[in-house]
Amino acid sequence: MRKAEIAAACGLMALAAFFMSYAVALPIGWQPGRGPGGGAFPFWLSVGMLITGAVILVQQAMPAAAARHKGRVYIDRQAVAQLVVVSASLLAAVALTPWLGVYITLPLFVLFHLRVVGRQRWTVIAPMVIGTPIVVFFFFEVTLKILMPKGVTEPLFLPLYAAFF
Amino acid sequence: MNNAMTRRQALAGAAAAAGLAAAGAPARAAGWAPNRPVEMVIMAGQGGGADRLARFFQTLIQQHNLSPMPMLPVNKGGGSGAEALRYLKDQEGNPHVIMATLNSLYTTPLQTDIGVDITEFTPLARMAVDTFALWVRTDSGIETLDDYIEAVKAADGSWRMGGTGSGQEDSLVTAILEQAFGIRHNYIPMGGGGDVARNLVGGHIESTVNNPSEALSFERAGRVRAIAAFTEERISVLPDTPTFTELGYPLLYDMQRSFIGPANMPAEAVAWYQEMFTALSQTPEWVAYAEENALVTDLLMGDDLMAYFVSERERHAELLSAMEA
Amino acid sequence: MDIISLLADGFALSFQPLNILVLVLGVTAGLFIGAMPGLGSVNGVAILLPLTFIVPPSSAIIFLCALYYGAMYGGAVSSILLGIPGASTAVATTFDGRPMAQKGEAGLALIAAAVASFVGGTISVILFTLFAQPLAEAALAFGPAEEFALVLLAFTTFVGLGGDDVAKTVMMILLGLALSTVGLDQISGQPRLIFFDMPGFYSGISFLIIAIGVYGVGEVLATIEETRGNPKVTTARIGFRDLADGVRKLASTWRVMGFGSVLGFFVGMLPAAGATPASLMAYGLARQSSKTPEQFGKGAVEGVVAPETANNAASTGSLLPMLTLGIPGSPTTALLLGGMVMWGLMPGPMLFIEQPQFVWGLISSLYTANVVAVLVNLALIPLFVWALRMPFPILSGVVLVLCIVGGFAPDQRWHDVWLIAGFGIVAFLLRKADYPMAPLVLALVLGPLMEKSLRQALISAQGDVTTFVTRPISATLMAISAALFLAPFVRMMLRDRRAARPAE
Repeated sequence: MRKAEIAAACGLMALAAFFMSYAVALPIGWQPGRGPGGGAFPFWLSVGMLITGAVILVQQAMPAAAARHKGRVYIDRQAVAQLVVVSASLLAAVALTPWLGVYITLPLFVLFHLRVVGRQRWTVIAPMVIGTPIVVFFFFEVTLKILMPKGVTEPLFLPLYAAFF
Repeated sequence: MNNAMTRRQALAGAAAAAGLAAAGAPARAAGWAPNRPVEMVIMAGQGGGADRLARFFQTLIQQHNLSPMPMLPVNKGGGSGAEALRYLKDQEGNPHVIMATLNSLYTTPLQTDIGVDITEFTPLARMAVDTFALWVRTDSGIETLDDYIEAVKAADGSWRMGGTGSGQEDSLVTAILEQAFGIRHNYIPMGGGGDVARNLVGGHIESTVNNPSEALSFERAGRVRAIAAFTEERISVLPDTPTFTELGYPLLYDMQRSFIGPANMPAEAVAWYQEMFTALSQTPEWVAYAEENALVTDLLMGDDLMAYFVSERERHAELLSAMEA
Repeated sequence: MDIISLLADGFALSFQPLNILVLVLGVTAGLFIGAMPGLGSVNGVAILLPLTFIVPPSSAIIFLCALYYGAMYGGAVSSILLGIPGASTAVATTFDGRPMAQKGEAGLALIAAAVASFVGGTISVILFTLFAQPLAEAALAFGPAEEFALVLLAFTTFVGLGGDDVAKTVMMILLGLALSTVGLDQISGQPRLIFFDMPGFYSGISFLIIAIGVYGVGEVLATIEETRGNPKVTTARIGFRDLADGVRKLASTWRVMGFGSVLGFFVGMLPAAGATPASLMAYGLARQSSKTPEQFGKGAVEGVVAPETANNAASTGSLLPMLTLGIPGSPTTALLLGGMVMWGLMPGPMLFIEQPQFVWGLISSLYTANVVAVLVNLALIPLFVWALRMPFPILSGVVLVLCIVGGFAPDQRWHDVWLIAGFGIVAFLLRKADYPMAPLVLALVLGPLMEKSLRQALISAQGDVTTFVTRPISATLMAISAALFLAPFVRMMLRDRRAARPAE
């Protein structure tokens, strides 16, 4: 738990420094007669984050913190593998969609999630895998007229467009 | 084992999804016409003047069956249109994307280097030009341009002029005024045209350079007054307001509302869009709307439109550099 | 007297068969669009605006208002069932709605949301009917300085929201505010914090995206972790008798409802604010005035009632400046305004005089839309609760898919989906280290408005900071927020003194 606390605080401080490096592109000071400049808000807020991060780090060094952490684990070890699998499959689906389109990645994601993560029966999986793209197509594209990314599958949809629009 | 199984099933799932669509090959007609929905990118956020106009066009296109496929508006207003311009640049050659533009087409790339050259885009049609006027509150007692100049001079830099963003059209019009009359305003960026009008009526600013469409309802209620118009001829809905030109100061500024396509749009597609926009410009609803909102509707297309863009960009570059000086 | 006869004419119009049909269709469509994570009333109105040209203008505006109302009701549904805010206005509803669902009280939470929405909507329509025009004038008195004071007030109602760890709460508020500055500096017109030169950052980081990531993806991960991958299925079920019971239970929350409605109406009426800050403020104030503030965030029914009354009241309130001044109070009303202009109606001070039939038809339809919305919503509650009984792996799969498509749909930007996935995972890691998430979301909502109004006010006062205390409305709001900020400390001191006295 203590390591996680320190890592989180350091991560946020690094993020603050990153923000500051971008914020200095615009004036960060007080411009006479006009108030703070364009970079002032992001810059000084990030400075605040740095200071707060330092306070949190100091708190961790106090004996009181150790008492609070006693008996607590950051993330349950047994769940770590599953958390990684779920996060990775989500990121993979997001990464592949611009090329393959949602109508390939979403059914794949549902299939993977239900079978590998959820260990569901095929009688449950099959309707979900088939149903997801159909529901997405009819709700978003046909009813709400919001086009979903289709990547390489785009040409396959031309007859559908002709039929439904 | 499990893995192989998953992969095979995955393929089957994908095939099922694709199977829906595999029924026929895309049909090819003689001329070009969109065979998938057309994305209509809007260079501004939802609810603003540019957005409302673009959605109005979309409605008319649908109502009059001007296109076999729907036009689907997508707002990409980030960074005063920088996001939209970058998006259009990445769509080179795609005939199913068009963009509704406003003057940020010039001002945004001029102010910040976003790696976009607007002359590469395909000009389609300029549908309208929106006009500008100088407004004050009725209870301010200011009735003529001379009153106005005097009042601003007396305020010595504390005269609050509200407008849209810095570096956008309202601030340019303000700069034009300042140059012409040697006066100074305290320019306050308010965001949208509606906010500007409200702050004027509420007394939080002293004057604006709103489009007539934004201020007209207050004008009819007797709350605000137009001092002079930045047009060559009087604005039809403000027949009693003189133009700056009449008063001896040839100050002109307008807001273009045009459609453009990405670079290298196929010629057949350009021809199809031009035909569609021509038909659109003749619909009775549009003619009536333009009349009520004081829009000038000279249709401009092709090379003429590009020549207009280039000359306007030139003018904006001068205005912006004069503003900074 | 005059109002009553005008209103009666209006009701005659809104009871025409076509208008009743339009009303039911609009409410139902709005309910489903609002219930879809990511999509809210603004998307619904934008998408369905072109369809309204096939009916007369008065029916068209009735349709769009019904849709607007329906979406407000629907937003609560996914906040409660899935823990993902269905719309930006329903973010505050997740704070207690989700814990209630996890305790097996999803049915009660949904009933509370529906009834609260009805009460909020109705009270504010009554206020609207009686005071539309004088109030519109009052709204004009709000300039940048007053807006800033209001945002500050919204912030102070939330002090201590995240629990005990002050440093972590402050950290999350600062992070939220810093993230809200990404994109464009509205005042100078310059882009800023465009990380890695990615064009997606030009439009900034929408708090809805963060909310979907935090409450959708983050929540799924948290559930997996807490239950080691084998979560129990909720056993919530609900019959019609439970519905009646639930409505009765809500009677005790009348104080919160009344307060939320009035607050929502007034905040919604201010052109810059709208329903989202209104619902957050109502939540914060309900928590502060509660006798059991520690129950908030753990499934207090008042925590659902307060934001839901306020957001519906605010959505009616925001119609007020739109109709009477032609100034939209929110993106949705901006689109409604656009629609009216297209139909040849000019909203503004003259509308009430020139088009009384239209105006009063619209107002009366707000009453009927509210009734229809609450009935449709209550009828569907058993269906929603039934959906909750899906096994967790299926439910979590659905939630993640909804996060992806729902995150993409509003602006059609894949960049946002990346942010949802990334923020969801990071939020989960931070949450496990006891960082509270509500202050982050709150800061993202209020941040842009706060910076803009502060800087506008300073520019217009030529850099003079005393502008905030020399203007009467701004000064009053400032004083209230100072009082609210200090109240917990004062209470703590009083308690200490009282505790110390017997020992003397």
